[in-house]
Amino acid sequence: MSTATMTLKLKIWRQADNTSKGSMKEYDLPGVSPDMSFLEMLDLLNENLVNSGNDPVAFDHDCREGICGMCSLMINGEAHGPQKLTTTCQLHMRSFKDGDTVVIEPFRAKAFPVHKDLMVDRSAFDEIIAAGGFISMNAGNAPDGNAIPIGKETADLAMDAAACIGCGACVASCENASAMLFTSAKLSQLALLPQGKAEAAERAQKMVKKMDELGFGNCTNAAECEASCPKGIELSNIARMNREFFKSSLSK
Amino acid sequence: MASNTCSTGICGYLCSSIGKKQLMGVTAFLLIGFLKTHLLGNLLILGGRDLFNDYAHKLISLGNILIVAEVILLAIFLIHLFLAIALVWQNKKARPVKYHSKKRTGRGATFASDTMPYTGVVILVFIVLHLLNFKYGTYYEYELNGVIVRDLYQTVIEYFSNPLYTAWYVIAMIVMGIHLSHGVQSAFQSVGFRHARYTPIIKKIGCALSAGLTIGFSALSIYGYYISTIN
Ligand code: SF4
Ligand code: FES
Repeated sequence: MSTATMTLKLKIWRQADNTSKGSMKEYDLPGVSPDMSFLEMLDLLNENLVNSGNDPVAFDHDCREGICGMCSLMINGEAHGPQKLTTTCQLHMRSFKDGDTVVIEPFRAKAFPVHKDLMVDRSAFDEIIAAGGFISMNAGNAPDGNAIPIGKETADLAMDAAACIGCGACVASCENASAMLFTSAKLSQLALLPQGKAEAAERAQKMVKKMDELGFGNCTNAAECEASCPKGIELSNIARMNREFFKSSLSK
Repeated sequence: MASNTCSTGICGYLCSSIGKKQLMGVTAFLLIGFLKTHLLGNLLILGGRDLFNDYAHKLISLGNILIVAEVILLAIFLIHLFLAIALVWQNKKARPVKYHSKKRTGRGATFASDTMPYTGVVILVFIVLHLLNFKYGTYYEYELNGVIVRDLYQTVIEYFSNPLYTAWYVIAMIVMGIHLSHGVQSAFQSVGFRHARYTPIIKKIGCALSAGLTIGFSALSIYGYYISTIN
């Protein structure tokens, strides 16, 4: 464990609640260890704030293991910060230097309203899933895992798409606040597999319509989403969704 | 089904984000097709006054067929234009509160992709002026092989005799090249074509095509200026 600690200048978006106007506030934070995770650094700040009788900074987090998709944050203008394929909770303070200014903002989109400070409401994603991101089947005993043979390549593609943790970094980093990477991943993980094919057309229609309705922007194929995605979800999923949607428009 | 009247069929498709993107891509392909033909036709300027005017005259002599073709081209262009306006408008609305600081990751967006609406506007202005200056520009006539034909060659050379016009033309072509360098690969992605092996090739071809069109049209304008100086 290294002992040398850093002092950071933090610029953080503070907003009391959904309806009030927010602004950027500055904090000096000494005693930051390079071994801390980014969220532990915020915990330290909050401890100081609470001890001095101030309101702590609200931010989203849960697993702190990079698997739940709950953490967010625009860090110095990049979703989940400067490190590739890394969620905010898995980002460590060794990515920063003593004296650095760190700008921390919430993920911004019309469809992601700010609850408080850095906390945003991402339930728009749940609505997209509820619109069609599922398969219909009779519950009961689990079917035999090997009853339906699926080629290795297809299984891999579906698994890659299923790696999406629904964090919303794709929306946050997109110039147009488009949700196409998320939606296409959730659509692909089902459309690729035989179990998902039966409802593929209806699913494509419903998920895309819901996504549009919620006020996400339109994709301009700039690929900032792919570059910011902590799970490496690829643009080929959006191409697949484009095909699936076109096909389903012909049949629906 | 949803109560929205615009939710199914062709109307639902066209109202959707993906439908608009795909139509944007298809019109882009058609417009690029036109640009290539236009450049090939213009290359005849290198063959001199008679060859170029003969080609122009043949086109004009098509009469109604040419008018139909022009109307179709205009329609394609207007669809591309109005879809762009609609998409940009929706995209602006999708993020009402801007970031205090926002960085390009360097692994996705490029200068070209970020500036599509702006380069598009420059191209629009260029096209309007271009039509006014050439198609509807000064009208000269002369006799070619016993027929009175329009001397479009004269109109072109006269225009480019002004170095400022030549410079503007070259700048506009560079802007068009930037627009296309993102546009070509983007159109492929929108219609759903993406492939681990072919997409990198498509990107290269897109850039080469953009550069080719920019260089081709620019070179002809500079050639026009050169001809005007030696006459
Ligand atoms: S696609 Fe990537 S960035 Fe978008 S929600 Fe899923 S994991 Fe997050
Ligand atoms: S807190 Fe669960 S992914 Fe970051």
